[in-house]
Amino acid sequence: MLTQKHLLGLEKYPADDIKTIIDTAFQFREVLDRPIKKVPSLQGVTIVNLFFENSTRTRISFELAQKRLSADTVNFSASSSSLKKGESFKDTAQNIEAMKIDAVVMRHPAPGAPLHLTKFIDAVVINAGDGTHEHPTQAILDMMSLQEKFGKLAGLKIAIVGDILHSRVALSNIHGLKLMGAEVTLCGPTNLIPPNIDELGITVNTNLDEVMEWADALNVLRIQRERMGSALLPSVREYRSLFGITDERLARHKKEIVIMHPGPMNRGVEIDSQVADGDQAIILDQVLNGVASRMAILYLLCGGKPEETQS
Amino acid sequence: MKVNSLPQKVLLKGGRIYNPVTDTMNNDNLFIVDGKIAKGSTSQIADAHIIDCKGKIVTHGFCDLHVHFREPGREDKETIVTGAQAALAGGFTRVCVMPNTNPPLDTPESIRFILEKAESVPVHIHPIGAITRQQGGIDITEMGLMKEEGAVAFSDDGLPVQDGSVMRRALEYGSMFNVPIINHAEDTCLRENGVMNEGLMSTRLGLAGNPSIAESSMVHRDLELGALTGGRVHVPHVSTARAADHISDMKKKNDNVTAEVAPHHLYFNDKAIEQFDTHLKVAPPIRSEFDRNALIQAVKEGVFDCIATDHAPHTIEEKEASFDLAAFGMIGLESCFGAVNKVLVKENNIPISSLIQMLTVNPRRIMGFGCDLFQDGVEAEVVVINPDVEWVFSKKDIQSKSNNSPFTQESLIGRPVITISKNTIAKMS
Repeated sequence: MLTQKHLLGLEKYPADDIKTIIDTAFQFREVLDRPIKKVPSLQGVTIVNLFFENSTRTRISFELAQKRLSADTVNFSASSSSLKKGESFKDTAQNIEAMKIDAVVMRHPAPGAPLHLTKFIDAVVINAGDGTHEHPTQAILDMMSLQEKFGKLAGLKIAIVGDILHSRVALSNIHGLKLMGAEVTLCGPTNLIPPNIDELGITVNTNLDEVMEWADALNVLRIQRERMGSALLPSVREYRSLFGITDERLARHKKEIVIMHPGPMNRGVEIDSQVADGDQAIILDQVLNGVASRMAILYLLCGGKPEETQS
Repeated sequence: MKVNSLPQKVLLKGGRIYNPVTDTMNNDNLFIVDGKIAKGSTSQIADAHIIDCKGKIVTHGFCDLHVHFREPGREDKETIVTGAQAALAGGFTRVCVMPNTNPPLDTPESIRFILEKAESVPVHIHPIGAITRQQGGIDITEMGLMKEEGAVAFSDDGLPVQDGSVMRRALEYGSMFNVPIINHAEDTCLRENGVMNEGLMSTRLGLAGNPSIAESSMVHRDLELGALTGGRVHVPHVSTARAADHISDMKKKNDNVTAEVAPHHLYFNDKAIEQFDTHLKVAPPIRSEFDRNALIQAVKEGVFDCIATDHAPHTIEEKEASFDLAAFGMIGLESCFGAVNKVLVKENNIPISSLIQMLTVNPRRIMGFGCDLFQDGVEAEVVVINPDVEWVFSKKDIQSKSNNSPFTQESLIGRPVITISKNTIAKMS
């Protein structure tokens, strides 16, 4: 069991809880390798997927995790603009709560929205991404994937490369990896590094080749094409030359560097196809581990016990 | 709070009378007859309504240069009537209301409207007119006619005058009327979509940051424009160390510069926003502990002329939204003295006399209000303060129509217990 009722973010989350989640996720990973990939663990538990922002892979990953656990699920999608006009966030939340549900998985464009939700409802709240704040389930699946690859997390040297400023993945990864004893370096254009982030106990280095020389693994972030040609980034070719993970660049470093990406990828921008599809990439393992991690999170937060995963 | 009409003869007995004009504190009685200060009337004590002021400070009623009473247009948040009650509860007998109403106070007629509405309320209310029509930041208003009707200053508060040439013209034009021009100094380009102070906290919370330089650079511009034009620059709600530095420097060269600081910028730092508390969302934002300490130091050095609350009522719904969408602003009249007395006097050893001057004579001087209030025959604007009482600010202490206060549940020190204003006496529990 976990000591926390919700999963809102990994900042100050108990390391023991993260460890329990990852251990449980490996057990569920075995379930996913069976011919019948379903367990009755959350039978009778009702979960609402509350998506105020577009999401494909995170929502599908959560839905699959819920189905594998035999939970009853309802999907609610609403653009935040419709909320601005009409029903308040509080009313939406309380209406859904009134229908007797056990847990809410929420994606919302506003940082802090999941914490906000806990003030209005009693159900378990799981953050599936809140604006540019946190994306804790992504960080847990990333850590699970690293543990699968390296057999440990403590002492690993992990670089997060790209647009850190607009990334919820980066922040959750920083908190999670630090809690688990890994070292973190951020690498990206100076104007996309958030102010004072070094105070979180990480280092910042804008020289990608130096960072690659240091790192055991690179977590390559998606760079929004919309940001190209703005005050933030001049062009794709410049970004690619400075921060793109190209085949040539990877080949220059005479060591195996594990390549991760939370998706969706901009092939040819932050990562080249040869790298994304190459031997060093564990990007599809991350996707599979995403389902297992989310099964573990749902299971542990919605009342299951670790030893019942085999039932 | 109980509000009654003032008895014909009142004796404030045995308090410490503090006169902020002469900066003198004496154990004495204060006599009020027919709503006016009556000196040397001790012979009439016998039939006076006696109020025991032992252990209390008796001084001028507070004056706040910066409040939002939302009338006309947003009477669901506050009205002149409810705002006046909030003022009384905070010891304020005189306030200046900002013009960012709907419609904005940008014509002589709208100034008249406020003054007519304000006639019957128990505190003195002075409208501040808009600098530009519709607060659009482009065309200046009829400052001359508005001043004739009773506008005491000009401001587009809430909206910065982004265009430097408009600010220049407004200062030049306003200098004819000797009125302060109050610019909400935040460069909107540098602020971008920032909703809180830019720094470690905004990074941790994933919220868009509003950098200090958005304020300090525009304050610097305004101070330079003030020097260029000879116009009067009053800098509102200073939140950053850099802006305080600029003001301090310019004050040495230019007498036409005044500045205010708000209780919330002295009391909180951005770490308090850790739980995304929208009651702490305000413009300019709650800054870092570094800035907060610099503001306190600036108070010690006399950089700020006055405390102004920026009392900004909002509905529950507007504050229950997520942090990025919640309204900017907080109420502040009722909690003002307890907050600033705690921070400045109790925690930072600033003399209480200095604090009282920042709440009384100094703001009155900026606006040209009569400030020698303890003269014989002057209409009584008096506050009785218990300077040492520790109390927890709670909803029952709020008289405003809104209750968006970050001070709720905060332990404050010192509070006004009696406010006398416009022949009315308010007693706070």
